[in-house]
Parts: sequence; structure tokens; C-alpha cells
Amino acid sequence: MSGERARTGALPITAEQPTTGTLPNTAEQPTTGTLPSTAEQLIRAAAPTPVLEIRGLRLAFQGEERRTVALDGIDLVIAPGEAVGVVGETGCGKTVTGLAAMRLLPASARLTADVLQFDGRDLLTLDDGALRRIRGAEVAMIFQNPTSAFNPVFTIGAQMADVLAAHDRERGDAARERIRIVMASVGMPDVERVMRAYPHQLSGGMLQRAMIATALLCRPRLIIADEPTTALDVTIAAQILALLRRLQLDEGFSVMLITHDLGVVRRVCDRVAVLYAGRVVESATTEALFAAPQHPYTRGLLAAVPRTSASSGPLQTIPGSVPTDIGSITGCAFAPRCPVVQDRCRAEAPWLRDLEPARAAACHFPGVSVVSA
Amino acid sequence: MAIAEAAGEQLARRRAPFPMRAFVRDPLAIIGSVIVLLLIVLAVLGPIIAPYPGARGTGQIDVPSAYLPPSLSHFFGTDELGRDVFSRVILGARPALVVSVLVVGFAMLIGVPLGAIAGYRRGRIDGLIMRTTDLFLAFPPLLLAMAIVAALGPGLEHAAIALIISWWPWYTRIARAVTVSLREQPFVDAARAIGVRDMTIIRRHIVPNSLSPLVVQATVDVGTVILAAGSLAFIGLGARPPQPDWGLMVADGRSVILDQWWVSTFPGLAIFVTVLAFNLVGDVLLRVLDPRHGR
Amino acid sequence: MSTAVQGGTLSAPLVRLSGLVKEYPAYVAGRGNVTIRAVDRVDLDIAPGEAYGLVGESGSGKTTLARCLLRLVDTTAGRIEVAGQDVTNATGAGLRALRREMQVVFQDPVGSLDPRSRVADVVAEPLRTHLRLGAKEIEARVLTLLDEVGLGRTFLGRRAHELSGGQCQRVAIARAVALRPRLLVLDEPTSALDVSVQAQILNLLADLRREHGLTYLLISHDLGVVRYLCDRIGVMYLGRIVEQGPAARTMAAPTHPYTQALLASRPSVDGVEGVALVRGEPPSLTDPPPGCSFHPRCWLRAELGDPDRCVDEPPDLRVLAPGVTAACHFAPATPTTDHAPVPR
Repeated sequence: MSGERARTGALPITAEQPTTGTLPNTAEQPTTGTLPSTAEQLIRAAAPTPVLEIRGLRLAFQGEERRTVALDGIDLVIAPGEAVGVVGETGCGKTVTGLAAMRLLPASARLTADVLQFDGRDLLTLDDGALRRIRGAEVAMIFQNPTSAFNPVFTIGAQMADVLAAHDRERGDAARERIRIVMASVGMPDVERVMRAYPHQLSGGMLQRAMIATALLCRPRLIIADEPTTALDVTIAAQILALLRRLQLDEGFSVMLITHDLGVVRRVCDRVAVLYAGRVVESATTEALFAAPQHPYTRGLLAAVPRTSASSGPLQTIPGSVPTDIGSITGCAFAPRCPVVQDRCRAEAPWLRDLEPARAAACHFPGVSVVSA
Repeated sequence: MAIAEAAGEQLARRRAPFPMRAFVRDPLAIIGSVIVLLLIVLAVLGPIIAPYPGARGTGQIDVPSAYLPPSLSHFFGTDELGRDVFSRVILGARPALVVSVLVVGFAMLIGVPLGAIAGYRRGRIDGLIMRTTDLFLAFPPLLLAMAIVAALGPGLEHAAIALIISWWPWYTRIARAVTVSLREQPFVDAARAIGVRDMTIIRRHIVPNSLSPLVVQATVDVGTVILAAGSLAFIGLGARPPQPDWGLMVADGRSVILDQWWVSTFPGLAIFVTVLAFNLVGDVLLRVLDPRHGR
Repeated sequence: MSTAVQGGTLSAPLVRLSGLVKEYPAYVAGRGNVTIRAVDRVDLDIAPGEAYGLVGESGSGKTTLARCLLRLVDTTAGRIEVAGQDVTNATGAGLRALRREMQVVFQDPVGSLDPRSRVADVVAEPLRTHLRLGAKEIEARVLTLLDEVGLGRTFLGRRAHELSGGQCQRVAIARAVALRPRLLVLDEPTSALDVSVQAQILNLLADLRREHGLTYLLISHDLGVVRYLCDRIGVMYLGRIVEQGPAARTMAAPTHPYTQALLASRPSVDGVEGVALVRGEPPSLTDPPPGCSFHPRCWLRAELGDPDRCVDEPPDLRVLAPGVTAACHFAPATPTTDHAPVPR
């Protein structure tokens, strides 16, 4: 717990406080000073009322002996009709960010946030009944493993009808009609057979389509997809991603796509948030991020991907591995692995701050790719 | 450069917590292990601790003071021969523990290798071994033991042999089940690819990794075998008088259970507490023995 | 082509598979017991010092092929030779001698190590199995091997659960190269790792190959990984190799419609717009389509107006360019670049 304090210090992220105000070298960074803070700016960039607004989200798991910090101040805003990719490696907190957004966390989780709102409603104060009505109806989830997401002893059709019934939507023939329409919209072949089928009778790709159909049943405003194509073969994954993007554009819902694969993000997302050690280290439109990544971690990730085109010399690597004990980090969590690390990085943690409209990075030296003596 | 990378990775790891803490924190685990430890102490030092050990460690006979109720001089009262029940319960710990540990040990010695071979080799040898265990498992273990003792003649040694014969198939089953899932693990494939001989793989990789469930089962079984040996003694197929056997003592007192209740009750309680204690310890071992515990 | 040829074996391949078939029994509801053909008449030569990449989706038979080669399973038909020795029928001492020549690294980093074994014992196991060495000599060799894979003395006493995925894979690699084998089979060695750790392991594998003149058979679903490590690739679909050629050329200009679809489907970080070229899913192995097994999903066939030949006649591998073979009736010798992803 003291470790957590060491990193976050006495500087909570709030809208009023210019996050780098008290830090030295302010003059060198033109983006601080008069501009509004990151969070406000992100909201403005994503106007109007965001579907999901997360600011200063902190999450720790209280174990028997120790407290493990999972998220250390996440800022993430998703506008209506926007697809936002949440990217990061194992243990960066991307999955729990998605779960926290639905308040689907175990009892050992200690969750705090400056803002955690869905569609203007405060998720932190909603009671269980209200949360339940939101989950599965207004916010739907798609998981990595479609096989375990369905109950093996009921047919797909029955389980989809259950979702409608649970949210007081269509019943009986009307429900079946709605299911048929949604199944058709996800390109499901042989709809009648699939509705009567049990999960084990369908392939992984078909089940993933069925899961997307289930998510769409109640016309959600936001779909949280956690590694939706990781378990699928590449040709099937391409179909599922294309489907998700087409549906998102047609139906106008928002998507939070959680993935480790930057290529997947590039294919379906409007905007990207890169997570490292429980924080957003870079946030930008997909185009801008891939064209000119600002955070050294983002640059490292992109360079580490082996390409199918020219191959010459060794791959660029990020030395070491992701920190497992986020709470005890002083300074920038990426500093031990950073190729352009400076003394300042080890001493103080950089806040996520704006570099230009709708573009932010948590780095003292964004865009710097060569260490100057 | 690679070294530096590895060092970075290494820094990022932290030590797994000490698994014994889980053991210490659980009050039932503490009660269970204290009782088991106490039993071991009694088994070793019984004749020294018991107030009336008698010349042959079977309880001092004092016919005039038969059937005395529990008192300060005889905590658990006395039996029909005036022997101190408290002393005999203490003296009974040794044969009970020795027999059950021997039975479980030999049953494992026979059962585990057979199960590991069956699960690892599969095919015909698997069928042969498993059909044989089915043959044994078709009988209730106590009934089978009774039949064997009946054939061999009563006595503690024969009861022990009978119990070994009816107990080993259980270990074969457990060992086989664990082995079947272990042999699909990549580390077993890796050992095969290296060219490690099958028997070495079983000895070095399969058996050590299947020990956790087996040790748990064995711990619980030590209690169960005490009960079974007691049952055999109760019906006259186990220990013979004047051995201080708990089952035998329960049997001795059953005709006077209403008037001289203490003669049966205290040895019965000893069996009950012992079985319970081993079960408690088994439960905790189940959690503690996993090498990945604490992740 | 960086083919580090070892002395005297210029023409003889290190690995030769001829007509390899592997069938499994399976149970299908309504049809009872059937036979699944996981690997279907595969011929494959790998030259000494070459790195050969086998790509394909799940069910393509690439892992089964590797398990046959390693003799972890017996083959149904055909012949496997490693360094001129018959693997398919080797037994006892002959098989153990062959195992010194070929080693394997599996996908699951943690599962590849016995959870109860210390790193020192994991790496020493091949040494103890094949060589008669003293304890000192073994420890010295283990330390050298750990150093080669970038791990220090402090790792000797650790167990798998105390290591990260990348570290586990380094230990598995140390164990695999302990006996200085000539062939290393790498079955999805980095699929379970994060991108940044994957790059470290791939570099390590490239270094080891250069230093020891190793021959690689790399199995992966990731075309980028294969492109980085391999000289030549083979693309498998439903148990058959459907295209084979130099890695660079095959990635830049694939000839088989399936290879083109695979490349197009790959989510790329370089902004090449990915397209789902193929419809539907790979057919079940219990019910393979007649003729060309790819025909029900083939976009090229659809473009050509669904010719019957694809259904009637299974295509043989034919040479389309020097070193390039593909099993397609209609694949042109000059690949259609409008379907191939544009190389950057």
C-alpha cells in the first residue's frame, strides 16, 4: 500500500489540477500550461456525452497478505459509435479495465475512480438491480473463448431467448423472430439448425458468431470484446473482425476492443489506448498512433512484431518483462525497460498529458527515439 | 545483452509465499495436526505415559477393581478385568498407528507403480491391471478383508495383510487417473523426445507429480484403516486379547454398554477422534501440497 | 538464402519425409468409428542448416507431422529419415541415438517443464540420459547452456512456477540444445508469449542457429514469425502441403489461393488492409471434401466460375517457378498480385 502511494504520490488526477504544474521543465513542454487537462480534452475530443467515461480508475486486489495493484489511474473515454482499442501485454490490466467498466469484479477488488460513468450514469453508485439491467442489455460482452461462454446443456436458441427474457424484451415467437434477425445479421449460415444446436455441435467460428449475435440481441450501446479472435484461426478471425466492424458501423454501437494484438486494433478501431502496468501510456487515433507512436513502449511494441515483408537483422526487443508488482514502482513504470530513459523518469511518474488534440502520452520525453548525451 | 534481458525478467518476479502459512492459519488444521502429533507421541511413549501399563504393556490386571466408573485414579474407569481403560486407550495408539501406516504404505507400494504403469503405457497392460483392480473393487473392502482373514485365520498380522489386499486397488485407480492426465503434458513429451526410458519417466516425472493426491488419500486412509482394523477386531477377526486394541475394547464393552458405558465409549471415541484428525490433516495437505500453491 | 551447409552433406537432406500418412481413430455421432487422416501423403526434404517453416491453421496437421517426425507417435504409412536413419521403424538404442540428433521446443512454456524439477535438473536431463558425466561436468555444462540462452547461475534452483513465460521457454531451449542436436523442431515456440518477449526468443533462436549451424523445423500459425526465422516455408491445409517455396518469395508473391487468403487475413500492423478472402470454415477432417480440399472455400475457383475439375480431381503439387510448388489446378505461374498483399 505504501508502494502505491510512492508512485501516485499526492497527485490525484483531477480535472482542475494541471497534472504537470508542479513539475520542473514545464517551460519545455508547450502542451501543459494553459491547455485544459488530459481528461477534459479527451472528453472534448470524444464529444458529445460519452458512452463510457473512465477517469482515474484505480483497482487493487486485497489478498490475505498483500494488496496487489492492478490499475493505477486509467483514463478512457468512449464516444457513441466509436471503436476504441485497449492494447497491452499480459498483466497490464486491460482485461480488468473491461470488467471494471461493467463492475464485474470479485469481492477482493478495491475499486476507486474519479469518474466511472456509463451513458452519464454513475456506475459506482448504481445498485445491483440497475447494474444487472445495464449488463447484457446496454453493455454486452464478448469473450475470448466462445466454447466456455455458452452453457453446454442448453441449445444456443434457448440461451439467446434467456437473454431476451432476462431483460424483459421479446418472448416466445417474437423472441425467436428477433434471434433469427440478429443471427442473419451476423452472417450465420443455417440459422434454424444453429438455434437448435448445442454448443459442442458448433465450430469455434460459429460459436463466436453466436456470441456476437447474443451480444447484439438487446441492441446494446457498448460492446466490450475481450480478445474476441485470439482463440480463432487467422482466416476465421479476419471474418469475425470484418463482421464486428461492419455491425458497429451499421448499428452505431460503441466498441471497447481489448487485445494484445496491434494488428487487430489497426483493423477495427478508431482510437487506441495503450496500457502498461495499469496505466494508459498512450492514447491517440489509430491513424496517428501507427503513423507516429509517441511513447517509447508503443514504439517498442510496434518494432517487436515480426513482419512478413523484408526481414533483415535481429528484431527490436523490449528488454526484460512487464512488472508484476505495480504498487511498488517509483517513477515511470516503463523506465527499467526504456531505451531513452533519463534520470527524471526514475524519479517521477509521468502523467498522461496532451501532445496535440485527441492525442496524449504518459512520457516525460514523448517522441524521443534517440538518447541525447 | 541476453543476460541483461534475463536479469530484467528476473527482477520482475517475486518469491512465492511460504505454503506452510496456509496450514498455520487454519484452526481445524491445527487441531487435526496436534491430535495426530499427540497420537504419534502416545504410540512411541505409551508404556511410559500410561499410569497402569502392566507387565506386558497390555494393562495391569486387577480383578477386584473391575468395572469402576471414571474417577481421578481411573480417568476412563476400569474394565471387566479391572484394567485401567485410560491406560489401555493410550497403549492402543501404537498398534493402531503401526498397523494402519503399514497397511497404507504397502498398499501404496503395490498400487502406485501399477497405476502409473497402466496410465502411462495404456493398451493391453492397462486393461490387464485395471480389470484386476475392478475384480478387487467389486467387493466392499471390509467384506473382502473379512473373507481373507477368515481364510488365513484371525490375528493382527493377518488382518493387516487382508487390509493391504483390499486397499491397493484404490491407489492404482488414483495413480492411473493422475498419470493419464500427466502423460499429455508437454514436459513428458519433452522427456520422451530426449530419449529418457519409460520407467525413468514414470519414476522421475510421473510419480513425483502424482504424489499430492496420493498423499492426501493416504493420510485420510490411515484413519480409515484404523477404523477398519478396529471393525475386524470388533468381530473377532483382528487383534486378539489381551492386546490393547481399540476395536477389541469396544467389543469387550458392548455387553455392558448400558451400565458400564465407559468400557466401550472411550476406545470408541479414540477411534472417532483419530479418524477425524487424519481427515482434517488430509484436507489441509490437499491445499498445501500443490507446488504451484500461492500463485 | 543463408543455408549453412555442413561438410560433406551438400546434397543429402537432413530430414526426408516421403509419403507420410498419419491416421487417427475417431468417433462421430451417427457414423460410429471413423478414421481421420491428419497428415495425408506429405513429402518434405529439409537440407542441413536450413530453417523450414510449416504454416497452417488448426487441424492442418502441422503439429501431427512434427510429432511423427519426433517419433512421439507412430506413423501410419510412409517413411521418415533423419540424417539418413529411418525414424519410422527405429526402436531401442537406435531410436535413442536418433533422439540425440533431433530435439523439440513446445508451445506451452510452463507446461514444458516438470513443475517439481529445478532448472538445473531440467537442463541436465538430456546430459544424464545420454552421456556418462560426473556431477561437476554436468553442472559446468548446464551453466554454459543457461548462459547461451541468457540465464544466469541464479536460475539453477528455481522451478517452473517461479519463472516467467519467456524464462521457461529459455530453459526449454537450453534443454533442447544440450546434446547439440542437428535438428530442432519448434512447435509454436512463441505463441504463448507477449510480443516483446517473443522478439527476445526469436532473436535467441536466430542466434543459436547461426552459432551451431542448426536445422529448424518451425511450426507456426504466425506468418511473421515464420518469415523472420525461416528460409523456406510450406503451407498445410487439411493434412497436405498445398504450397512450398522460399519464404521471402512466398510471402511477397504467394501462388496458391489459400496462401494468398492466409496472408490477406493476417492482421498487420503496417496498414495493409486485411481482407477476409475466404468464406466459411475449414471442413472437418472426418468429412474432407472431394477433389481439392480447399475448393469449398476457394475464392479463385469462384472467380473462375466454379470449374468441376476442383471437385473431381485432387491437385498434385506442381512446379510453378524455380523452388516454388503449389497444389492447385489453376494457380498461375505468375501470381496474381491484385490478391496478394502488397509488400511494403
